[in-house]
Amino acid sequence: MAGRLPFAPLADFRPKEPGYQPMPFRFARIPGVDGKVLVTSEVGEFEFLDETDFRAFASGTLSPATDAYADLQGKHFLVEGDPSTPLRMVTAKYRTRKSFLKGGPALHVFVVTLRCDHSCRYCQVSRQTADQARFDMSAETAAAAIDLMFQTPSPSLTVEFQGGEPLLAFPRIRQIVEAIEERNRVDGRAITYSMTSTLHQADGEVLEFLRRHDFQLSTSLDGPETLHDANRPRPGRASHRRTLEGIGRVRAALGERSLSALTTLTRESLKHPEAIVDEYVRLGFPSVFLRPLSPFGFAAKAAQRIGYGMEEFLPFYARALAYILELNRKGVAIQEAYTGFLLSHILTPFPTGYVDLRSPTGAGLGARVYNYDGGVYASDEGRMLAEMGDHSLRLGTVHDSHADLMQSEGMQLLLATGVAEALPGCSDCAFLPYCGADPVFNMAREGDPVGHRPTNAHCVKHTGLFRILFRYLAEADPHVMRTFTSWVTQRPVQRLPDAEAA
Amino acid sequence: MLPLHTRAVISGALSRPLLKVLDLAEALRGDVPHEQVAVHLDDGIDVDTGVLRDLGFAAVMRPSATGMRPDDALPVICGLSNIDVVNPGDVIRVRHDSGQLSVLYRRGANANSLFLTEQCNSRCLMCSQPPRDEDDLWRVRELLELIPLIDRDLPQLGFTGGEPTLLGPLLPELIRACKAALPRTGLHILTNGRNFADTAMADSVHEAVGCTTWAIPLYADVPSRHDHVVQAAGAFDATDNGIYNLAERGHAIEIRFVVHAQTLPRMQRFAEFIWRNMPFVSHVAFMGLEPMGFAKVNRDLLWVDPVDYGPALADAVWHLQDRGITTSIYNVPLCVLPEAAWPLARQSISDWKNIYDPACEGCSMRPRCCGFFASHGPAWRSRGIRAFRFEEAAE
Ligand code: SF4
Ligand code: SF4
Repeated sequence: MAGRLPFAPLADFRPKEPGYQPMPFRFARIPGVDGKVLVTSEVGEFEFLDETDFRAFASGTLSPATDAYADLQGKHFLVEGDPSTPLRMVTAKYRTRKSFLKGGPALHVFVVTLRCDHSCRYCQVSRQTADQARFDMSAETAAAAIDLMFQTPSPSLTVEFQGGEPLLAFPRIRQIVEAIEERNRVDGRAITYSMTSTLHQADGEVLEFLRRHDFQLSTSLDGPETLHDANRPRPGRASHRRTLEGIGRVRAALGERSLSALTTLTRESLKHPEAIVDEYVRLGFPSVFLRPLSPFGFAAKAAQRIGYGMEEFLPFYARALAYILELNRKGVAIQEAYTGFLLSHILTPFPTGYVDLRSPTGAGLGARVYNYDGGVYASDEGRMLAEMGDHSLRLGTVHDSHADLMQSEGMQLLLATGVAEALPGCSDCAFLPYCGADPVFNMAREGDPVGHRPTNAHCVKHTGLFRILFRYLAEADPHVMRTFTSWVTQRPVQRLPDAEAA
Repeated sequence: MLPLHTRAVISGALSRPLLKVLDLAEALRGDVPHEQVAVHLDDGIDVDTGVLRDLGFAAVMRPSATGMRPDDALPVICGLSNIDVVNPGDVIRVRHDSGQLSVLYRRGANANSLFLTEQCNSRCLMCSQPPRDEDDLWRVRELLELIPLIDRDLPQLGFTGGEPTLLGPLLPELIRACKAALPRTGLHILTNGRNFADTAMADSVHEAVGCTTWAIPLYADVPSRHDHVVQAAGAFDATDNGIYNLAERGHAIEIRFVVHAQTLPRMQRFAEFIWRNMPFVSHVAFMGLEPMGFAKVNRDLLWVDPVDYGPALADAVWHLQDRGITTSIYNVPLCVLPEAAWPLARQSISDWKNIYDPACEGCSMRPRCCGFFASHGPAWRSRGIRAFRFEEAAE
């Protein structure tokens, strides 16, 4: 009997009239993407709309029978009827995107010494006094810092050693790691160790220790020898050669995957995007991290000589990214790490472990820094700011409690100014779901944690980066999309290339 | 493929309709209570059925014998019209009056499913098993008897219907029965998920966590399309809520998408919708249309030659697979799929779907292919069907 009842047509299941409610959305027009408007949702989904569809959507008149209507509804840009189900999904997506907030600070930076054997032109804080014990962290400070770290609720903790050159204080590192291991036998957190080092001091005993504790290491490599050595003078020179030797030793002892490299870009570097990328490929790195100079420490004073504005960095980045995509097209798997973070924010429903581009800010909420002198800071930049004389992001000392630190004046300042959704300019920026608040950077550059968006370097940089990336996403070249997908999933994309021609 | 029914001659009065068929050695091992066992005796095996009666067995089965022997002391099932239908290990239902013998569980089959109910609260355009609104609670009673007779080493058991949640508290009861009798067997339960929008219903199946995959169809990223396909307003929202309720309670979920003309327009968007809203699902299955039931009635509304949707399907499946969500294609022959999609094409869900056309004769891809529903005539035949020569397959 049931078979004889007629089946109802599709139109019966659509609302007869447009009667939808738009969900909160933001929009932008992307240079180079003509006739389209980018709309983004609160939870980071996006759609390119024709101008006419966009206007109809915004004015509430988009017809339920159009593809644009379904496209927007499927991404929860609009809801019809009872909104409770789409709202439930949006809520789940929002919770997922902001899930980095759950456990509190997970990245704990131990600045074990300020001493360094380099005197880099852009260096932020280090002291070239290889024998002054007063720039080292004491055993007592280290013990208190460990205790503080374990007061945070996060089930997984990353312990990062920084300097100066942290390996100049290797005995302290060993003491800290052993104390943490001892404590963790009862505490049971998932702990990852990492360190940024020139690796020049990484001898057999050190390497064996790093291997035993499965360290993730990163070192500085600015590009080919001439560029690197020009950037990183040291007595006796040969920084590039010694870095390469260190890389070789670490890889032999800890395996290929245990080591990554960071690039610092000086004004000179901006002329050589291809050569820098090529050096990383030559040395077998799967990833290059193209970081513009930060405005901290000595770097600010040296800004005239080696610094540059974002308007100079962005063309460099565009050229480097185009070159990297070209290499990938030819089968050379190399990625740009920062692009990977930005694309993860755009193309996946998940947050990344990257603390430096978040809203609410990662400073103090995702990361915490224990300085050699017992001061506790919300971020590495926060302690550099202190070296420059601004102590507003000093949350307290290692002898305070976790609760005290989280309620400190410094944290209150960060919470008041570190939520991009509530910042002038950001609050209605289409890139907001993928961007982050950086009050510490704003303080360093503008002396004010809120910042003035139109001239703000953090904003100029990110507006520029997002425009470049969304232009690629609008073009949707299959090879580029495949490369991007492999970056955000951190796995090779298996899709056979021939199919895309079809 | 082997039919599930045949006719038999039954001599003597059976004490129960459901029987586990076992050969003598296994029957004597005692894993199954004797009173539920029909001892399978091949021709030429001479056994004193008086001893079997004294041991408490229910019956003997002599598939090709024509009748009872004078000295038989137990009921005898014999004279099977098709002797291949029943084999040791199977569970059968014997209807004394009609002599109909049905296999309810087949040992070693590619897939075994329990049919729970004919009732459904949706009415999908392409339903292969159109629902009937009849009181079929007898099925559940029979299944509760059947479940303890199923082999304990069975890796997976399916529940199909109809819509099993319409059984209310009987569904958790069936799940409990499976957990008790088959502790190592995974359950695969087909449901449209709508009733799990009710949290009490979702709570009621808590025992399924850890042993069950809920296979839930979703046909679009937007309500109107999905509701049209299942012919029920509000179904999309209810299913989404059901999926979330189950996921929040720790259940494993598989999403099923049947590809046809009414779902194709949203297929790519559907893949992105799953990734964005349900990245927690354990499996997504894309399936070709089965020319059965309502699908035949709605042929013109549904038919797209698979050769025309192959490239789009390859895009959709890889969109999910490349993002770490295990994804499969069922019921689409290899020759109509672009090669890019082949690695995700599975051979078949169940034995009876692997039917090959004369055109498949000599095709070198046959061992990896699901074949197609050849018996349904030109209206259901892709123009892309063509056998692969050996050299092509080797490439
Ligand atoms: S910093 Fe600039 S790009 Fe980032 S969200 Fe704010 S306004 Fe947008
Ligand atoms: S010819 Fe038959 S066996 Fe070969 S790929 Fe096509 S459907 Fe499969």
